[in-house]
Amino acid sequence: MNKGISFTQAFYTLLKRDLQIAIRHKGDIFNPLLFFILVVTLFPLGIGPEPQVLSRVAPGIIWVAALLASMLSLERLFKADFVDGSLEQMLLSPQPLSLMVLAKVLAHWILTGVPLILVAPLLAVLLHLEDNSYGALMATLALGTPVLSLLGAIGVALTVGLRKGGVLLSLLILPLYIPVLIFATSAIDAAGLNLPYSGHLAIIGAMLVGSLILAPFAIGASLRVSTN
Amino acid sequence: MQFDSLTDFLNMGGYAFYVWLSYGITVFSLATLIFFSVRQKRKILIEISKKMQREERLKANRSNQ
Amino acid sequence: MWKWLHSYADPQRAYNLSGTLLPWFATLAIAFIGVGSVWGLLFAPVDYQQGDSYRIIFIHVPAASMSMSAYMAMATSAFIGLVWQIKSADWAAAAIAPIGAVVTFIALITGAAWGKPMWGTWWVWDARLTSELVLLFLYLGVISLYASFEDKVLAARAAGILAIVGVINIPIIKYSVEWWNSLHQPATIKITEKSSMAPEMLYPLLINIFGFGLMIGAITLVRFRAEILARNGMRPWVRELAKAEGVK
Repeated sequence: MNKGISFTQAFYTLLKRDLQIAIRHKGDIFNPLLFFILVVTLFPLGIGPEPQVLSRVAPGIIWVAALLASMLSLERLFKADFVDGSLEQMLLSPQPLSLMVLAKVLAHWILTGVPLILVAPLLAVLLHLEDNSYGALMATLALGTPVLSLLGAIGVALTVGLRKGGVLLSLLILPLYIPVLIFATSAIDAAGLNLPYSGHLAIIGAMLVGSLILAPFAIGASLRVSTN
Repeated sequence: MQFDSLTDFLNMGGYAFYVWLSYGITVFSLATLIFFSVRQKRKILIEISKKMQREERLKANRSNQ
Repeated sequence: MWKWLHSYADPQRAYNLSGTLLPWFATLAIAFIGVGSVWGLLFAPVDYQQGDSYRIIFIHVPAASMSMSAYMAMATSAFIGLVWQIKSADWAAAAIAPIGAVVTFIALITGAAWGKPMWGTWWVWDARLTSELVLLFLYLGVISLYASFEDKVLAARAAGILAIVGVINIPIIKYSVEWWNSLHQPATIKITEKSSMAPEMLYPLLINIFGFGLMIGAITLVRFRAEILARNGMRPWVRELAKAEGVK
């Protein structure tokens, strides 16, 4: 039987499509980023400008802001496709659903995760992060934000069919984000104290690999439930 | 028996508030859970029987016409 | 080999079976918790370090360990429901979720009430307390996801997926004690090594753990039966029952 295009081709087509759509609506890229920057700048105003205090809480602030920004941007991951029916077309296509889902999540990460990683060092300067911690900050964000996108996509896929999905989404996925948050911030703290942090990175890497393998299936199954 | 008298037992070696607080909350929340769980069944059955009555009324109206 | 099990997936048989099991679970649970609590409160020796405040352990530890077991039970039945499309398993998962949430809540509150006299604070951001709190959030997520779907067949599947995803957190809860060092004492019951507790304290604790498990089983059966009735409102046997009980 003719299956149409190959798996790789399907993957890249979908990835390209999602990137193109996002580039046409530039707000999709900039709004989460702006939110990230704003949340981080609010903290010094709330806590006080003392450099010691700020450098102590900087890893946590940056990571919590990254979590929230990633969650906010995720809400739109499947919404437009669900509304205009292209999601159902994807479900019906001969290519495996988990592959398509992976392409969509990758596109989402490129659009929101990567800019976030690029901006993070600037915000770290504002928060007086320890000089030794920059490497750890970048490494944890690079390994951690894809995990956030993958785990969050499960929650989005579960709630895409619901009208009041927004608040529910945070209840569903923020608990799942906690292990990433804990290990990322403790890695940055360890780096600030000149301690080795490769163990923390290895655990975040393990989470990344695990979620990369398992999450697409969960996302696919959830989408099938939601579009029923 | 570890306690000499009832007051001794209730006093819990000075930790009365914490011990009885936790036992009290446990009993209260479990009792609430059990109460609602047991009531659930009756509520559902009443709902179903109401639905049946409604259906019967509809059927009766239709045959009258 | 497992074929005999399949007949119990039929709602009516599941309803009747859980009806016959319920009194056993209920009486045994009451007996075990009664014996364990009275033994623990009245007869167990005083702890030489913590005084009488340690008597909270007889509900705190059973609640904490059962909160995780209940989650595993919920995720297992959700998994069975998803893979083999057995609806009774979905209903069982939906029945366990609120019970697990209440038990987790009890574990948190009793932990706080024990922490105040021992550590001087109600709450410590220790790994075990935190993961117990996360477990409560996971339960609440499953419950509210189940509640927000109109179609309960879909709701059960969605909540099942979420429950299975949440299972990733269970090993983190279990091993967090070894990962982080903090104020919380290491696990008191070890399966492999010799227990560090005196047997006069350990026996009532074990009895209560067992009793809590039976109690969760009993409440699950009650809720499971109600769930079966609610989902099978159109079946004749349910309508018979409703006629017998519901008409005033």
